[in-house]
Amino acid sequence: MNLGELDLPEVQYRLRIGLGVQTGPFCFHIKSQQPRVARELHRLYADFPVGDFDFYDFHVRLDRPMNLRRWWHPQVLFWLDAYSPFKPLPADHDFAQLEWGMNWCIAGHAHHYLMLHAAVLEKNGQAVILPGDPGAGKSTLTALLALSGWRLLSDEIALIDRDDGLIVPLARPISLKNASIDVVRTAFPEACIGEAARDTYKGTVAHLKPPADSVMRMHDKARPAHIVFPRWQQGAGTRSETHTKADAFMHVATHAFNYSLLGETGFRLTSDLLDRCTCRNLDYSRQEEARAFFDGLVT
Amino acid sequence: MSPSPCPDLIAALRAPQGMTGLLPGQWDRLIPQARAAGVLGRLGVLARPFAADLPRPAWHALEAGVAMAERQAVAVRYELAQLDAALADVGAPVIVLKGAAYVAAGLDAGGGRMMSDIDLLVPKAALGEVEAALMLAGWASQSRDAYDQRYYRQWMHEIPPMEHLRRGTVLDLHHNLLPETGRIRTLPEAFIDAAVPLPGRRCLHVPCLPDMILHSAAHLMHEGEWGHGLRDLNDLYALIPAQATDEFWTELSKRAHLLGLTHPLYLALVQLQRVFSLHSPLVPALPGPRNAWLDALITQAVFGVLPQGRNALTPFAELALYVRSHWLRMPVHLLLPHLFYKACKRPAND
Repeated sequence: MNLGELDLPEVQYRLRIGLGVQTGPFCFHIKSQQPRVARELHRLYADFPVGDFDFYDFHVRLDRPMNLRRWWHPQVLFWLDAYSPFKPLPADHDFAQLEWGMNWCIAGHAHHYLMLHAAVLEKNGQAVILPGDPGAGKSTLTALLALSGWRLLSDEIALIDRDDGLIVPLARPISLKNASIDVVRTAFPEACIGEAARDTYKGTVAHLKPPADSVMRMHDKARPAHIVFPRWQQGAGTRSETHTKADAFMHVATHAFNYSLLGETGFRLTSDLLDRCTCRNLDYSRQEEARAFFDGLVT
Repeated sequence: MSPSPCPDLIAALRAPQGMTGLLPGQWDRLIPQARAAGVLGRLGVLARPFAADLPRPAWHALEAGVAMAERQAVAVRYELAQLDAALADVGAPVIVLKGAAYVAAGLDAGGGRMMSDIDLLVPKAALGEVEAALMLAGWASQSRDAYDQRYYRQWMHEIPPMEHLRRGTVLDLHHNLLPETGRIRTLPEAFIDAAVPLPGRRCLHVPCLPDMILHSAAHLMHEGEWGHGLRDLNDLYALIPAQATDEFWTELSKRAHLLGLTHPLYLALVQLQRVFSLHSPLVPALPGPRNAWLDALITQAVFGVLPQGRNALTPFAELALYVRSHWLRMPVHLLLPHLFYKACKRPAND
């Protein structure tokens, strides 16, 4: 059963006792009494399988802490089991905090995978990895490609399976920040974007619902074929050059969540990945040209 | 005694092969418990021979714990090499303690063991020279507070934690097994004399096995770090040979008497019996006071790290043991002014 088949009161009720949600290889058991969390999950996770699973990778909870701040400028706190890794946030950042918390669970624990800080999309059986420098426009580009026929695997965390070197999808919502929310809304007026959380430490944040087809295929791994380092620059013409593999290796390794933790395995997986991929830069300012570049890459 | 809050976790640590028969619902409780107790990596190392027979998501969680612990073991060995080079010219033996010692000595107990710092013990006479050599090699005291410095140096068995300026690793430098002001007088000289040199190192040693067990027991029963209680008790379980002979127990008892650590050994062996069902012939034989209340409080605190292990009595047990650890640490005429100072002082940089 998918989450969208439940009505909102049912989602709210289930979240109170704990709702099982499957995102790619991970099963989350989510508890929350925050109405917005129920609303946003109902809207953005509509295509994800839910149910009572036997085993959960992560038991998470997002609720108001038991103190005076329950009533005065309410705050929310994120828990993994009985452990709370973050400081409390204003209550209206609750859904954003849940998304960050879930990312933290994966990035901090799922060392069965090599985890790169990168977005991944796939078309024609070829996965493209977009390593993320903050401000490079990675999330915007990811959203635009996902909304124009590319399959979304991940927006933040590229999971490389240590057994076969393939990329494992997560297909979770894409986190859009500040100006990129309007960019995506203008380009795709029908896109489903959640409620914006304002004045977070990343600015204004809103999440884009992942395409239903990407969610449906969350168990299909993809073959890594290209690594593209995008850079958005006001008024820049579209230009792409080959990136040296040595440089790409260093960039990918230093931006990985667990490259050094995995030691030799991390080195082997990264070099295998680089061997399988072409590496390019992409400077751009016009979305249509950028999309055409990516389509050209996989034909 | 109330039933164990984590029967599957204890069973898995005692007889790892049993993990192949666990149902997904049992794994769903076991993994968070192992994570909370700090034994996920340990459990992963124990499960590795049967990995193929475990449910995939459960094994992936354990494998992640193993990866973290193994990365840490590499880092610890590297730090120890640096420390060996930095301290070799001092000419004093340097004894590696606790987790780092299990890893350095290649003991089974070191497999999958997570740790947060490195503990070293040096003869008190060499403390100044060792500290100077460490500072030259980039280790600096974490505390710039004059009171803390005096508290540690004059009364404790260790100096304030040192942190490496570039690598950020934390080092606890001890010169005694228990606090100088404590109720138990220990004999660090005998501990140092019996230490075994680490092959390939110039000054690093590890305690002989009975001393390792005794120090681990003393640390567990006196330091009041119950957040690691279950992990540290499991260390003891792993350090004691599965088929412990009479000679082993006799030697352990002899060393306990010599070092002045019979009481913490007794308390630890009682907990091993209560929690791990490990029976030692020494329990009835060791001298010292018997206190069933204290035993029950300690069991409560050991399980207190698990959400399922907490109940209405846990905060009381923790408070009682906290008071006990300070009671043991210093006489009242030192303790009361110390607690008063700590209660009135504002945190330095918070």
